[in-house]
Amino acid sequence: MEPTNIQDPEYFHKVVDCQYACPAHTPVPEYIRLIAAEKYTEAYMVNWESNVFPGILGRTCDRPCEPACRRGRIEQEEEPVAICRLKRVAADNKGEVKHLMPTAPAQGNGKKIALIGGGPASLTVARDLAPLGYEIHLYDEWNKAGGMMRTQIPAFRLPESVLDEETGYILSMGIHTHFNHYVSSMREVLDKGYDAVFVGTGAPKGRDLELPGREEGAKNIHIGIEFLANVAFEHRHSIGKKVVILGGGNTAMDCCRTARRLGGEQVTVVVRSPFNTMKASPWEIQDAQREDIPIYNNMPPKEFVVKDGRLTGIVFEKVRVEYDDKGRRNLVPTGEPDVLMEADDVIIAVGQDNAFPWIERDLGIEFGRWDLPVLDKKTFQSTLPKVFFGGDAAFGPENVITAVAHGHQAAISMDLFCNGKDLLTDRPAPTTNLVRQKMGIHEWMYDSAVVNDDRYAVPHEEKTLALSNRKIEVELGFDVKTAFREAQRCLNCDIQTVFYTSRCIECDACVDICPTTCITFTANSEDEDELRSSLNMPALNKSQDLYVSGALPATGRVMIKDEDVCLHCGLCAERCPTAAWDMQKYFYGVTKATKIL
Amino acid sequence: MSFIKPQFHHPALPKNKVGYTKADYEGSISTLCAGCGHDSISAAIVQACYEIDLEPHKLAKISGIGCSSKTPAYFLNNSHGFNSVHGRMPSVATGAYMANRDLIYLGVSGDGDTASIGMGQFVHAVRRNLNMVYIVMNNGCYGLTKGQDSATADVGSINKEGSENPFQGIDLCSLAIELGATFVARSFSGDKHQLVPLIKAAMSHPGFAFLDVISPCVTFNNNKGSTKSYDYVREHIDATSELDFVPIHSEITIDYEEGKSVLAPLHDGSLLHLHKLAAGWDPTDRKSVIDLLQTAKSAGDIPTGLLYLDMNTRNLHDLMKTAKKPLNSMNESELCPGGAVLEGINAGFR
Ligand SMILES: Cc1cc2nc3c(=O)[nH]c(=O)nc-3n(C[C@H](O)[C@H](O)[C@H](O)COP(=O)(O)OP(=O)(O)OC[C@H]3O[C@@H](n4cnc5c(N)ncnc54)[C@H](O)[C@@H]3O)c2cc1C
Ligand SMILES: Cc1ncc(C[n+]2csc(CCOP(=O)(O)OP(=O)(O)O)c2C)c(N)n1
Ligand code: SF4
Ligand code: SF4
Ligand code: SF4
Ligand code: SF4
Ligand SMILES: [Mg+2]
Repeated sequence: MEPTNIQDPEYFHKVVDCQYACPAHTPVPEYIRLIAAEKYTEAYMVNWESNVFPGILGRTCDRPCEPACRRGRIEQEEEPVAICRLKRVAADNKGEVKHLMPTAPAQGNGKKIALIGGGPASLTVARDLAPLGYEIHLYDEWNKAGGMMRTQIPAFRLPESVLDEETGYILSMGIHTHFNHYVSSMREVLDKGYDAVFVGTGAPKGRDLELPGREEGAKNIHIGIEFLANVAFEHRHSIGKKVVILGGGNTAMDCCRTARRLGGEQVTVVVRSPFNTMKASPWEIQDAQREDIPIYNNMPPKEFVVKDGRLTGIVFEKVRVEYDDKGRRNLVPTGEPDVLMEADDVIIAVGQDNAFPWIERDLGIEFGRWDLPVLDKKTFQSTLPKVFFGGDAAFGPENVITAVAHGHQAAISMDLFCNGKDLLTDRPAPTTNLVRQKMGIHEWMYDSAVVNDDRYAVPHEEKTLALSNRKIEVELGFDVKTAFREAQRCLNCDIQTVFYTSRCIECDACVDICPTTCITFTANSEDEDELRSSLNMPALNKSQDLYVSGALPATGRVMIKDEDVCLHCGLCAERCPTAAWDMQKYFYGVTKATKIL
Repeated sequence: MSFIKPQFHHPALPKNKVGYTKADYEGSISTLCAGCGHDSISAAIVQACYEIDLEPHKLAKISGIGCSSKTPAYFLNNSHGFNSVHGRMPSVATGAYMANRDLIYLGVSGDGDTASIGMGQFVHAVRRNLNMVYIVMNNGCYGLTKGQDSATADVGSINKEGSENPFQGIDLCSLAIELGATFVARSFSGDKHQLVPLIKAAMSHPGFAFLDVISPCVTFNNNKGSTKSYDYVREHIDATSELDFVPIHSEITIDYEEGKSVLAPLHDGSLLHLHKLAAGWDPTDRKSVIDLLQTAKSAGDIPTGLLYLDMNTRNLHDLMKTAKKPLNSMNESELCPGGAVLEGINAGFR
């Protein structure tokens, strides 16, 4: 194999599994170390630069970083670092931060931008562009900013005060807000002469189920996201005692837990498919189960039962899963009798769709499959050059952190566009830096010792109290002592093992000490698979790279390191007599339209 | 500086027949200098013990004093061990071996510990044919006391200060053969491919198995002009044969060229296969081995591999017809049969 090109910014980035998996590429180990050092404000700002909503995300993030966390690969039972909940620790314990944030300049740059929708995607664009002097107009149909973070995520998971604080940081950058303003015509927006327009209107349409009885029982059959919005805006305060929720995603989990708090005593979730294929995050399912909400699987709904004009229940079929020749999943009836479940109310939470009824189709904005806009995946530009999309509106429903990541990229595109630059060739490269960590002969600037602790659990509010009021937050967050211990579990994957081929004398010391058998000295081969299987421990996880050196001076062999289960413990570098291994901290930052830190 | 090893290992680490992973044969984190050859030998011992499915409690490690003699702390943490006095490892090993013949004895020593202060002990351990593996981690200097030339330093070798060694070096392999050792090998810490099968074979040899392992001292004897540096050894090394350890009941899969290979049956039924033999050398013929060593010496080569092997070996217990049972498994009446028995013995001498 060719020697690894460590100059490629993505090589070491990929080694930082969590950061690589984070859509916004938050420098996770950096903020975790700051938390361990009790530098909560700094940890908050590292987050804020990347993900804009550390307090919100520290409670609600979908955390794609955690399944990617190296720690989860090291041992079977081992669990990832509680990356998300540590983020909350930074937010909970930070000091004053407003003065660390950029402000809008007194003199604008003369350009005007419209943001349609006030969710995380639009707010991110606003944050990144306001300090550059753009005049920013934000439109949302509701009376406050936040989008689905406010209308959908229930208050017992995300207190309003946290939302107000973090949306407030952005709005106070001189954003012109147009709340309670549903934009019903894109043509009108374009006619106002904005230099660029960003569409961050989300995926606002909840799917329905056309089953017998749907119309007759309409009064007690609700669409999940409408139900949650009505609760959030205090339009609804109660629900029947027996409530059935249809659907197995996170919306279903929020609906059932909300129903429990509005008076639902017998709240049940029914999913058409098996438990292990449910879309909801495992922790959301656990939280629902903890609140005495049973989940029934393999039961698709058949009809709503309506008596005397009032919904009384819902009938389910029983199915099992079968796979056909092509590996496609089919739900096949088992032949068992149907099940009738009594219900005063039914909530349908089976997915969301995009909807752009307000965008006229003759403006040059093309739409493709599923009525989604045709976009450049990197620049988020639509087929009408001054119009950009991001968040759920771009490629369908995702999550807050994805919306933020889109917002950053769209902001860069819009700034380039407004300055007449090329959106691709003038795009800024990521900011990277590699810094030696050596302090003495065998001392490192980072805490290299690997602790054995299991993942710490976040404490929860007492159940009866939590269920008594929908605004009582269930999760209490780590206290700082537990946070420190949890932070110590992080393996510092950004402290890279950097190999200097010409210094190596092939003494084998690194091979002998490496606790996870990552390093092999061997004859090179063209065939990567052959090399992978011939290492001291075969490198079978192909999603992880091999770090290959050039030919070694003494024998012409090569050093091959499997990045997969490296603990970043620094022992190879400590045992190397010639400093052929060095531990160096890699910083990777997605460049933003405005330099924040 | 790390003082403890992380407890995590590769999640797919395989287990051997007795249910242990390689990591189960490791010891505490080494305190030797970074890059010391001794650490590689420790790693080879770990690998060998893992591969022969050793139950760790069936082995005793015994050492003297020196960086080399410290290494038993860095491998086989679950085995027995005795870190003795400078040069006195053979006496302690003899005592332990007499008391319990059922253990594998792994003696670990340095060139100072063996060829200087311990020479008197070493030679007797060889000629008594203790059933043990005796490894000398040979760096040509006294590493622990800051690198003075040892008795195995070659004449003319230059030390770190730049002075040339005026004295003849002792060749421990020739000496061991001279004294009747029946398994004599030389290897290099940087060649695990050769070292691991040698250690495995030595452990199944039923008599005194001697391994002289050249092991560079990176701190005091890895300079230009030293004949025990990584570079010098790599350049002058000359494997006398290729080596395969064939465990019990496994098939021989390689076709060996006739007349150019030696098949040595080992004590436990396993086989040691030597092939691609050096010209004019037969590892079972003492004279040819001495010739080989002498020729290499004058040419400045370092022959490695299994140099000499004699399967017809009778170890100390056989020679002295001692009890088969370990002393610790005998009860008081067996160990102390009483006055009447003593009387009988005394009477036998009258
Ligand atoms: C029940 C539920 C729970 C969720 N929980 C989580 C969670 O825990 N973690 C997570 O990461 N994600 C969660 N999500 C997903 C997350 O909320 C969204 O992915 C994210 O908010 C999308 O952000 P956005 O900026 O694209 O748009 P949105 O947040 O959807 O914001 C769009 C805004 O635009 C407004 N709007 C739409 N059309 C117009 C118009 N024509 N004129 C004016 N205003 C308009 C909408 O009313 C809305 O306020 C959840 C979603 C749901 C439904
Ligand atoms: C009786 C006695 N004399 C002298 C010493 C000092 N001493 C300690 S180690 C050592 C030499 C060790 O050399 P070697 O066996 O080659 O070990 P190395 O450190 O080179 O591995 C000496 C002379 C001692 N510890 N005890
Ligand atoms: S161990 Fe730390 S740095 Fe590594 S992936 Fe997990 S959280 Fe990220
Ligand atoms: S840092 Fe070095 S010694 Fe530690 S696990 Fe990674 S490769 Fe192995
Ligand atoms: S410890 Fe250093 S010199 Fe020795 S083999 Fe490893 S990289 Fe090379
Ligand atoms: S002094 Fe020499 S022998 Fe001793 S540990 Fe250091 S390198 Fe090894
Ligand atoms: Mg020595």
